[in-house]
Amino acid sequence: MKPAFSVIFLTTLLGAGQGLFLALFTHQSYAAFGLLPMQTDAFYGNGSVLVLLFLGGGLIASFFHLGRPERAWRSATKWRTSWLSREVIALPAFMGVVFFYGVAHLVGDRHEVVTLHSGLLINLSFVLGVVGTLLAFTLFVCTGMIYACLRFLREWNSPLTVINYILLGGSSGFILAAFYSAVVAPDQADFFGNWAIIITLLAFAGRGASLVRNARLKPKSTMQTAIGIKHPYIVQRSMGSMGGSFNTREFFHGKSPAFLRAIKPAFLLLAFVLPLMLLALGMFTPALLGVAFIIQYFGLMAERWFFFAQANHPQNLYYQTIG
Amino acid sequence: MTQLALVIDLNVCVGCHACVTSCKEWNTSGSAGPLCDERPYDANPTGTFFNRVQTFEIGKYPHSETLHFPKSCLHCEDPPCVPVCPTGASYKRKEDGIVLVDYDKCIGCKYCTWACPYGAREFDEKAKVMKKCTLCVDRIYDMSLPENDRKPSCVKACPTSARLFGDIHDPESAVSLAIREDGGYALMPEWGTHPANHYLPRRKIKLKIHKDELERADNPLKVDGQLPKPGKGESSMEDVSAW
Repeated sequence: MKPAFSVIFLTTLLGAGQGLFLALFTHQSYAAFGLLPMQTDAFYGNGSVLVLLFLGGGLIASFFHLGRPERAWRSATKWRTSWLSREVIALPAFMGVVFFYGVAHLVGDRHEVVTLHSGLLINLSFVLGVVGTLLAFTLFVCTGMIYACLRFLREWNSPLTVINYILLGGSSGFILAAFYSAVVAPDQADFFGNWAIIITLLAFAGRGASLVRNARLKPKSTMQTAIGIKHPYIVQRSMGSMGGSFNTREFFHGKSPAFLRAIKPAFLLLAFVLPLMLLALGMFTPALLGVAFIIQYFGLMAERWFFFAQANHPQNLYYQTIG
Repeated sequence: MTQLALVIDLNVCVGCHACVTSCKEWNTSGSAGPLCDERPYDANPTGTFFNRVQTFEIGKYPHSETLHFPKSCLHCEDPPCVPVCPTGASYKRKEDGIVLVDYDKCIGCKYCTWACPYGAREFDEKAKVMKKCTLCVDRIYDMSLPENDRKPSCVKACPTSARLFGDIHDPESAVSLAIREDGGYALMPEWGTHPANHYLPRRKIKLKIHKDELERADNPLKVDGQLPKPGKGESSMEDVSAW
């Protein structure tokens, strides 16, 4: 498949935003149970603004993928069957909840919703945080399923696709949270940094597993099933057009096999190895956490590029030779 | 339930691209707007087509055959491109099974092409919407046309009658008969899309002449040569006289 930069930015920016929100609310949950010192409302509120910036960036990027962006509102209609439609609903819903979560913190809302038996006060921001967490995971599942549900694209047609979207977004978001707290609440940076290391390791394992899986895939469709001729030796002599077509532009990444091979170790290094090293060092030098986030962001862009480029669409069997 | 479809006979397709050009001509002139081309007279011309004829070489030279393979939307009975569409622009008609795109609802996200294993859909780079074969839906029901012309443009254009059109759910139709009797098959059956369009395989047609057929059985005298020419006004008889 041809990696579209709009989709690369969309998925990486949304992942970072969702991950950052999950990180912030994880901290608030720990604090609510007294496991960590509760931070100021500004910490969570400004964090939510940062989340919204990333989600907004992703939303803007998504419009560049559409031929007719002015009709984008229509894409919310087929949520019963289409994961893309579900994502289109989940994203603004999540953004809305993050917005109100941020507002609840920034205006210092202490509105009590319910008090648990243990005497634990559940305020409005906590309820919004729980809803936001559910929506963040819903959005991850929608994004992942857009790719995982396509049974012809066997590189994507696996639960690992969904798991990796969650883990990669979580890793990116928790590293961002570690950097954010290193700047505004340095004593909490370790909490986010430790979680970031755990999630990044899990993401490394998940992405590694999908690489191993994809390396062992055997194509189901062959030249024989594509045109229905039972002969071991079939070569295309003409694809029916001389100057290429949509089919030659959309489904081939257009780079050399050597480039594809080089991208794989590059993204493994940038998205996992270097950020893990910087996270370990970041325990002592917080500025490195920012570097870790930026390096990993480039790594995730490369990872997403590879994710698309590696997927081999069966229609490519029909488009091998200009002729 | 009707399921309109094409049955393409690979045994007689000569790869002339008449179906491609007539398809383009009809569908670029319709009320749905043109099928846009880019750089049509420059280097690397490209454009939107509903139908392409591809050519394959089967086997290794000198024991090889050329296969011309017309490919358009197969109007799958279980079309994977339809449920993924976020707007409902892609749909399958209940009444005749044609898979269509509503160009006014399409947002051009191209997700349907990812979900089609056959590469049957082409994005129109100028109209910015997805386009695909309509089985000439604006033609086959047009009562102002003579009944013989109420067929897809490609079917009308084919000089060798390699393209049959009809309802594959009607067991008595010509297309059902062709699929049944001539070994019609579907493309990429492994994905369970149940394409409505079928292809008829290459068939080896050999004329077997036995030795006794080399001699004329209707020449009882075993005499080959000039037969007597009957005079003017006389009656003549085949094999007995020349005329």
